[in-house]
Amino acid sequence: MSQSDNYESVVSSAKSEVAKFDDDDKGLVGRFHHALHTTPALVPLIVLLAAVAIFGLVLGSKFFSPFALTLILQQVQIVGIVAAAQSLVILTAGIDLSVGAIAVISSVIMGQFTFRYGLPPTVAVICGLAVGTAIGALNGFLIARMKLPPFIVTLGMWQIVLAANFLYSANETIRSQDIAENAPLLQLLGAKFNIGGAVFTVGVVFLVVLVLVLAYVLKHTAWGRHVYAVGDDPEAAALSGVNVNMMLISVYALAGLICAFAGWALIGRIGSVSPTSGQLLNIESITAVVIGGISLFGGRGSIMGTFFGALIVGVFTLGLRLAGADAQWTFLLIGALIIAAVAVDQWIRKVAA
Amino acid sequence: MEPILKGRGLVKRYGKVTALDNCDFDLYPGEILAVIGDNGAGKSSLIKAVSGAVVPDAGTVTLEGKEVHFASPIEAREAGIETVYQTLAMSPALSIADNMFMGRELRKPGFRGKWLRQLDRPAMEKFARDKLTELGLMTIQNINQAVETLSGGQRQGVAVARAAAFGSKVIILDEPTAALGVKESRKVLELIQDVKARGIPIILISHNMPHVFEVADRIHVHRLGKRLCVIDPKDYTMSDAVAFMTGAKEAPQAA
Ligand SMILES: Nc1ncnc2c1ncn2[C@@H]1O[C@H](COP(=O)(O)OP(=O)(O)OP(=O)(O)O)[C@@H](O)[C@H]1O
Ligand SMILES: [Mg+2]
Repeated sequence: MSQSDNYESVVSSAKSEVAKFDDDDKGLVGRFHHALHTTPALVPLIVLLAAVAIFGLVLGSKFFSPFALTLILQQVQIVGIVAAAQSLVILTAGIDLSVGAIAVISSVIMGQFTFRYGLPPTVAVICGLAVGTAIGALNGFLIARMKLPPFIVTLGMWQIVLAANFLYSANETIRSQDIAENAPLLQLLGAKFNIGGAVFTVGVVFLVVLVLVLAYVLKHTAWGRHVYAVGDDPEAAALSGVNVNMMLISVYALAGLICAFAGWALIGRIGSVSPTSGQLLNIESITAVVIGGISLFGGRGSIMGTFFGALIVGVFTLGLRLAGADAQWTFLLIGALIIAAVAVDQWIRKVAA
Repeated sequence: MEPILKGRGLVKRYGKVTALDNCDFDLYPGEILAVIGDNGAGKSSLIKAVSGAVVPDAGTVTLEGKEVHFASPIEAREAGIETVYQTLAMSPALSIADNMFMGRELRKPGFRGKWLRQLDRPAMEKFARDKLTELGLMTIQNINQAVETLSGGQRQGVAVARAAAFGSKVIILDEPTAALGVKESRKVLELIQDVKARGIPIILISHNMPHVFEVADRIHVHRLGKRLCVIDPKDYTMSDAVAFMTGAKEAPQAA
């Protein structure tokens, strides 16, 4: 061959500084798109602020008061806590339908251990938290080790735990006065305190702290990065040094623990221990997660988004009720929001813009 | 001389498909061993079997004279075997630095690292940037870029940089230059030579015969799930090698 041109040797004189480009203006839409891509919680935050502003304008001080706004926090605290657990699971590309059942059985155990067996409330609470964690860990084990789909495992676990809950409690409610008299610790997360008209509960504080801690853990610790890696591409995560099975088991176990805390908060919220409470928590938590912009395919989204998602639902619920609208309007709007959230998610996914 | 990494009688079946058929394998200290073979010959299966990514159905793997049974790539990595898989094994939504340190993250010194388990982002980013610069990957503008926003070749470069940075006993590269440009391929070949100069042996799987003949000390010809022969690139031409691996020519006996 005559043109045996030694083309590879030219590279030794190639330029060697990091490439830079003039940051040409991508326009308002472009920059907004980029911001959304890097900060996925921005969309639900904007929706939340807009909803608060609109209801505030329409309803005036009836809605736009410290009391009403903190009432929303109280109303979403249980769903918010459960949704935080759900977020972890969904980030790993899983789903947990048993969250509500775990919360309820944990609250029932806290109540029954105190009142049926006479255990100190502290011990009963610890037992409730332990049982929640154990159920979550069992979910994780079945999903990670037995390679069963999360949907199926937690669908089954939901039924099992709920039935066990009714069988064990004999469908018996522990009355609020009895708890307040004999074991006020069980109602601790319902304890209220007042700051200038704004009413907070310990449960609300717990929710906010939980969200902040999880946000930190997901972003700034190896464990958190691995949650995303496993949700993104479990195969790649395993090859690049993540113990995927342990990761999944720890995520489901932690979700179980958080749900047990939600069960404790549930006692504080309704005052009594009722085996029939919290039936809709699984759907409501998934709703908050989706509106919060976490992808059901895993690996994308942030826990802050979930928090805002839960608040959006709370704002709509209270705002429409104060406006005197039929409760069905709330469901209709939430339904529309879910679909809109997923549509926005698809748009954000388009990397190039 | 004893091989540093040795496989004997390795078998791997996927259902009815036999990927490895009683395969032997030897890597000697300090050498660059190229593995060549047709598509589907079982090259990737072989390196997966010695790097813990799959557990062989039969056969043994020996590292530095000791039999090892890697149940996962993590164990192989801890033993000092670093691999760039053909699929690259990266998490698309995470950053370059996150990916390079996956499973061996650096934590902040002191309280924040020990008790708050906080990652040392600046240190990880600096390290990642240095490694990419060594590879001449200057077109990566932002080290915090998600890997999914990189081009295919840039991604491959990051994977190679990761393996070269952490491999201490053996580095395995499964088609590391398949998607790379001229300059970047050249850099990877240089890097392979550098790593060899550090005394670390390399397994290089490639379909690029000029590259293979340029850097390899020995060439393992893989055919139908096993080692057909091992040739010295100085004794044979590229056409010979291709003829052996496709079955066009009888393989030399003294392997
Ligand atoms: N996970 C799997 N499941 C089923 N069959 C597989 C799997 N991985 C590999 N195989 C089969 O094993 C055989 C060897 O595949 P392998 O990937 O090792 O080939 P290769 O030599 O690396 O090919 P290439 O040059 O295309 O990368 C192929 O016939 C392939 O179909
Ligand atoms: Mg291959």
